[in-house]
Parts: sequence; C-alpha cells; structure tokens
Amino acid sequence: MTSVAADERMAGAGWVRRLLIRPELGSVIGAVAVFAFFSSQSPVFRSADGVANWLDPASTLGIMAVAIALLMIGGEFDLSAGVLTGTTGLVLVTLATEYGWNVWAAMLAGLVLALVIGFLNGLLVVRTKLPSFIVTLGTFLMLQGLNLGVTKALTGTVQVSGLRRADGYDGARALLAGSVTVGGVDFRVAIFWWAGVTALATWVLMRSRAGNWIFAVGGNEQAARAVGVPAARTKIALFMGTATAAWLVGSILALRFTSVQANSGIGQEFIYIIAAVIGGCLLTGGYGSAIGASIGAVIFGMADKGIVFAGWDADWFKFFLGGMLLLATLANRLVRRYAEEARR
Amino acid sequence: MTPPLLEARDLGKVFGSVIALRDVSMLVRAGEVTCVLGDNGAGKSTLIKILSGVHVQDTGEYLLDGTPVRLGGPREALDRGIATVYQDLAMIPLMSVWRNFFLGSEPVTGRLRRFDVARAKRVAREELRDMGIDIRDVDQPVGTLSGGERQSVAIARAVYFGAKALILDEPTSALGVRQAGVVLRYIARARDRGLGVVFITHNPHHAFPVGDRFLLLNRGTSLGQFDKQDITRDELTSLMAGGAELDELAHELGRDGQPGGVPDSGRPAGGAP
Repeated sequence: MTSVAADERMAGAGWVRRLLIRPELGSVIGAVAVFAFFSSQSPVFRSADGVANWLDPASTLGIMAVAIALLMIGGEFDLSAGVLTGTTGLVLVTLATEYGWNVWAAMLAGLVLALVIGFLNGLLVVRTKLPSFIVTLGTFLMLQGLNLGVTKALTGTVQVSGLRRADGYDGARALLAGSVTVGGVDFRVAIFWWAGVTALATWVLMRSRAGNWIFAVGGNEQAARAVGVPAARTKIALFMGTATAAWLVGSILALRFTSVQANSGIGQEFIYIIAAVIGGCLLTGGYGSAIGASIGAVIFGMADKGIVFAGWDADWFKFFLGGMLLLATLANRLVRRYAEEARR
Repeated sequence: MTPPLLEARDLGKVFGSVIALRDVSMLVRAGEVTCVLGDNGAGKSTLIKILSGVHVQDTGEYLLDGTPVRLGGPREALDRGIATVYQDLAMIPLMSVWRNFFLGSEPVTGRLRRFDVARAKRVAREELRDMGIDIRDVDQPVGTLSGGERQSVAIARAVYFGAKALILDEPTSALGVRQAGVVLRYIARARDRGLGVVFITHNPHHAFPVGDRFLLLNRGTSLGQFDKQDITRDELTSLMAGGAELDELAHELGRDGQPGGVPDSGRPAGGAP
C-alpha cells in the first residue's frame, strides 16, 4: 500500500513541476500583477478602449520580441534588430517618395535588404564563431551610420516623409497599419499580425523539426551537430527571421506615420531582449518560449500606457521596466532550479 | 568469412606539426566489442573522430563492410549506420528526453511535415523500456537524469536508429562504480542485438569484462590489437599504464630497489602483432 501512496505523490509532484517548468510562468504572473495594479489605479485602463490602447505598443514590440526570443533560444543575440526597423522603414519611404516606386515594390525591396542583412549577420556569426553580441553590435553601428548618412545625402534632412502620396499607399496601409473594429472598439491591425507571428513562432518551436533544432543549437551546439542537426543553417535562418520581423515592424511604423526619422529604432534592441527575458528566455540559450516573449511585450505595453492612465510622470517608466526585468530573471532562475532538481 | 563491419588500416592523422595518429589498425565485427584503451593524449579522440566522420584520415584506409570510404561528415557516418555517443555532449540537458531521443532524426507527419510529437513520445518510452531503462517520464529534461542514465538513453537512441556500429567515447569515465556497471550492461545488450561496438576508455577494469578485442594506443601509435584469449586483465593494465615505463617508476618509487607491486612486471612492452 505504501508504494501506491508514493506513486500518487509522485504524480502530484510531476503535475506541479510540469506547470512550473513552463518558461512562460513568471511572465504570466507578472502580467496578471501589472494588469491588476493599473486596473485599480485607472478604470479606463481596464476598459475595452484601454485594452486596445495598450495592446498597440505591445504589438510592434511583441513581433520583434518573439523573433528575438527564437534567436535567443538558438543561443544568439541580434543588437542590429532595432536599427534595422529604421533601415527598412527608410528604404520604403525613400524609394516610394524620392524615386516614385510603388509602395508594394518599395516594401519588397526593404524585405530583400533585410533578408540580406540577416543572412550576413548569421553568416558572420557561424563562420567567424565570434559572439553574436559583438558581430551584431558592429552591424548595429554600421546601419546607424548608414541610415543617417544616406538620408542626409538624399534629402538634406534627418527624415524622409510624404509616403501618403505614393502609389499603393492605401492598400498597404489597410493591410499593415489600419484598424479593425471589434465590438465597437478600434484595434490596430498590427495586433493581429503580432498574434499571427506569435502563433507561427510557437508552432515552429513546439511542433516542427526546426523547433527541435533551435532548442538544440542553443542548448549545446556541438552535441546538436554531432547528431546531424544543421546548426549553421538553423542559426542563419534565425537571423533572417529577426530581420524579417524588423522589416514587418519597420513597414508597419512607416505606413502608420508616413515618415521615418533617420535615428528610429535605435535603443529598441535591448527592449526586445528584455521582453524575451521576462518571457522566460535564458541569456545562455536553449530555453524559452515565443508566447512568453509576447507576454513580456504585453507587460511592457501595459506599463507604458498604464503610467499615463494613472496620471504619473512617464519618466518612471524605465525604472519600472528595470525592476520588472530583475524580478522576472530571478523568478525564472528559481523556478528552473526547482524544476531541474525536483528529481535527483 | 564476411568482412568486418568496420576496419581501419594504418590510419594516420597530422594536425600542423603534431602527429596525432600514426599507423593505427583495428577492426570491429558485428556482435562484438572492440575496446580502445589509452592514456590522455594517446590518440583515442583522433581515432574516433575519424571513425565517426568528424575528421578524414591523412594516410591509411578506412573500410566499412570491406569497402574503403572517405566520410564527408558525421551525418554521412550516421547514414551509413555508424552512431557515436560522446562522453560530455551526448545529450542536451535543458531538452526533454523525447526531444533528445529524436534530435536530428525527428519523425514527421502530414502535409506540413510537422514533428510527430505523439509518436516521438510513445517510441521513446517504448524503446527505453525495451532496453530496460527505467525513466519515469520522457517529458523531464535530460539535465535531471544521472550520468549513467544519460549515456543509456544515448545508447538506446543509437540502437533504435538502426546503428550497425556504435562508437562510445569514454561512456563510463565520469561515473561511479554502480553507474558504470549500468552502462556496461547496456553495452552488452547492444552487442547482443548484433551491433559492433567500439568502446573507448582508459579503464581496463571496465574494458576487460565486456570486450572481445583490445586496441592499445600510446602517443598516437598502436601498441597492438589483442583478442581476449591472448591477453589477461593484468597484462592489459600493465600495457595500458606504459609497461616498462611503469616498471621503472615502480623501481624508482620502491625502497632499496624493490619493485613496488606492479602486476606482471616481467612482460616486455610493445608486442605489436
């Protein structure tokens, strides 16, 4: 009889552990806490309009955070992802306004450029075996200089604008930067793109061969290679994935504002990493989740708008973000240790 | 007689000015265990890296089923039925047992070629049970398994994927006595299933009970390949430790010139066939 009792206890512990071992757990608890907090401060925050409002900044950040999360699970960083949203936006607006391209063609050109940059980032990392932190820091600075230099040379100013007058603008805007009315509330269409990207990334991670390879190259690249995983191809594809996400976000923002500053996107790269880490990604790779990164982005969106709704000084936002990052990282580490030591 | 599953003839490998391996010959037959013994730096790693397709030999011949081959990489070796289990990189700790089990050879289903997770979990559970490996939950991360369990899962994986030859790189070296015994039992079970096993170790006490043939390496050269009936455990230990060198050491350390308890110290070093 005692052995039966022991088995039942084991089943219970297994269930708890399986829940705790989910990388998203910390971010879900954090999101609930942040939502509860700002809801108590401001009734507008919890209304449908309020939700649509704070989901908007979460959406563009979320698309990037999900792509960065996949890359981080694969064991690499991309510091050039933020400034690349600026580059792709600048390419789109410059080609459409200065050279009279159709908006769709200009977007396609931006996508091709992004894929090339992502490919080069990946190739440099797998060929040189240098830390991707350094390699992409290099491309980050180069793109930053290029954005400013080329924009100034072409327009004499530090921004390009006037996308509204370009051919094909209305269609592209409706698809990427418009709004959808659900139950009398306007939601930005970017929110749906974000949901789609999250769903796709989750499917890839959990239900595709490539997903298994991403976890493996981040967890132990040599071991993965030894059993025949195409590690270099996997990593290059991940860099091209973040570049594609940067193109999507760059295009969404360019179509929304119809103009792009030459310095746009700079400083965002760390926000993406923060969202991914809050969502349970390990800095050392091999562990994390796409949904977690999305929830990290939700926390960011709620804090960004919540501080305004609550009538506080927005200067406090960064302080809040830093505290959240530390708490989440500590919570994630505790949970993972518990999960791994549960049976030993 | 059928040609051996895997045979090396006078293999040599040079890295820059370092001769890592010179004129090493060995063979493995199906259903037999060939042990490769040697101290650190003896060339064991270089040899298995050639056998498993990581390196290509500079001189000599590598034959599979009697046909000379030059392997293009670990993937080609795997496709030809040569599976290698490395000591420290056999498994990925943060990934679950079933994800590790199918890593690199994931079963797919449907038009989208999605990873057949249900099948992967079921097969992993069944295969581990058939090998007599007691793992409660294939969903648990491999990091929570003991060292012996990890090696055992890796061996079960190689057996499942139809390996004809299994190369084990020091599978017992980081393990305690009991855990090492568990792994030796799975090596014997793989052998009984008809696999040819190359078992790399520096412990003659692990090699002797399970081995059919013993290749001794020292400083990149072969001290000879011995069949089990031609060598005793003590001779193996003595050869392994450097034979005459050890005699000298015993002499040096012993008091008043008395040899210090080295077994069978009368045997000459070398003994290449």
